[in-house]
Amino acid sequence: MSTAQNLDALYQEIILDHYKNPHGKGLREPHEAEVHHVNPTCGDEVTLRVHLADGVVEDVSYDALGCSISQASASVLYDLVVGKPVDEALAIHEEFLALMQGKGEGEPDEDVLEDGIAFAGVAKFPARVKCALLSWMAWKDATLQSSKGSST
Amino acid sequence: MTSPELPGLLPELEVVRKDFPILERVLAGGVPLVYLDSANTSQKPQVVIDAMVDHLERHNANIARAMHQLGAESTVAFEAARDKVAAFIGAPERDEVIFTKNASEALNLAANTLAWAGDRQVGPGDEVVITEMEHHSNIVPWQLLTQRSGATLRWFGITDDGHLDLSTIDDLITERTKVVAVTWVSNMLGTINPIAEIARRAHQVGALVVVDASQAAPQLPIDLAAMPEDERPDLMAFTGHKVVGPTGIGVLWGRRAVLDQLPPFLGGGEMIETVRMDGSTYAPIPHKFEAGTPPIVEAIGLGAAVEYLGHLGMDAVHAHEQAITAYALDGLATVPGLTILGPTDAALRGGAIAFEIDGVHPHDIAQVLDSRGVAVRAGHHCAKPAHARFGVQSSTRMSSYLYTTPAEIDALVDGLEYTRSYFKLA
Repeated sequence: MSTAQNLDALYQEIILDHYKNPHGKGLREPHEAEVHHVNPTCGDEVTLRVHLADGVVEDVSYDALGCSISQASASVLYDLVVGKPVDEALAIHEEFLALMQGKGEGEPDEDVLEDGIAFAGVAKFPARVKCALLSWMAWKDATLQSSKGSST
Repeated sequence: MTSPELPGLLPELEVVRKDFPILERVLAGGVPLVYLDSANTSQKPQVVIDAMVDHLERHNANIARAMHQLGAESTVAFEAARDKVAAFIGAPERDEVIFTKNASEALNLAANTLAWAGDRQVGPGDEVVITEMEHHSNIVPWQLLTQRSGATLRWFGITDDGHLDLSTIDDLITERTKVVAVTWVSNMLGTINPIAEIARRAHQVGALVVVDASQAAPQLPIDLAAMPEDERPDLMAFTGHKVVGPTGIGVLWGRRAVLDQLPPFLGGGEMIETVRMDGSTYAPIPHKFEAGTPPIVEAIGLGAAVEYLGHLGMDAVHAHEQAITAYALDGLATVPGLTILGPTDAALRGGAIAFEIDGVHPHDIAQVLDSRGVAVRAGHHCAKPAHARFGVQSSTRMSSYLYTTPAEIDALVDGLEYTRSYFKLA
């Protein structure tokens, strides 16, 4: 599952563009929650902050160390969830998670995932799925923590 | 694949390679396998596979307790494997060879039994000394030991050129030191450490010397009996699957006097002398530390493996590793933006070479290489502190072995050039 064609499916131009020029990178204030997630197999790390206001994702800021896939997916996450109501952002998260866990069989919805559809090829590489999901899992964790914080 | 001639290569390398059926593998896209991940696990020669299959097909029975012909054959084969391992490392006594599940279990056996009541018990005020270049399996067991016993953990640092910083040896190893645990060859930096010098200092203060030989046993000739006693480790661990043997089997060698002083590790069948409801007495070594039915066929496979290495000659294997490592260091040096982590003199290092390339993450390097059939490892190689020492989070590691050809190194270097162009690095 790792021929030259598959390699191009994995490293779509969109992914390499986000890798070279990540959107929303850097840790910013204000934030209600900050989490630190690692991928223990490879050591990739992300520190991610979430700022919610009135049920909307106002900002996601992050500092990440890792491969092109994990860096690009953090950048795409930023594009997709910032400015969205939390419920809608969580639905996008579900959609991305399903794509990643679909073993390459899933048909991504471009209207929902936009640049995120470029990650469809990643789902065929089981070792790389965790790379793509690192920041997304961190974002969900932080979002649930900050929603909890604001409701009490 | 034709290979350039290099002095030091194993004679008849192409014939030796035929002993390893997996080296014929063709991968997705029709590309031949170039296996450069032997520090992770080595490939297995046919003789090891056959020894294990033959045992399972013809001699399988439990050992040391079955009163029938198969039981006797199985016991003889298992104990013959112990003799072969003892010969492989030059053990002063064959009963000093303890079979474990892997090197981690061997090191955990040492670190656990040293925490328990006995002549060698480590307690508050005592110190255990390790190094920053250890594999996690020679760090975490000692952290657990010192946390549980109230002892203090200290460690050697690493110099900029990837050697242990021995300038602090007299401050680190003192009369408070009870254990010094150190790797012989680093799995990440490749560094060969001066075990003799460290052991001499540790023995001066009465400390036990525990050596992780997981990367040394595959590539260095080891003759424990020939070492001066003050330079010899007291305990030494290695794993079967890195010395062309199977997984599921490791070795703890220990000096008899030390093994006799340590309390038993796991309790159960085989490790007892007699059992009453109010207490038990224990078998002598090696069985004292081999509770339960052991990995019998794995031990037999390991016996065949070290016998195979003995036939090739560990001096010849070492010379081959040095020749290939020098060739690889030269080849890697031609790749723009590539930095080697660890010593760059092949004579001072083993066959694992970790490196970075500016602008490409190790995962991405490994992925592109894999698409061309070149198998390397990417990540922290279970040596996070050593990576942190060099300010990197992960690296790419190529590791050769006795079957590696110069042409395979060429394929790696070509693959790295291709990786740079794939990621559009100038």
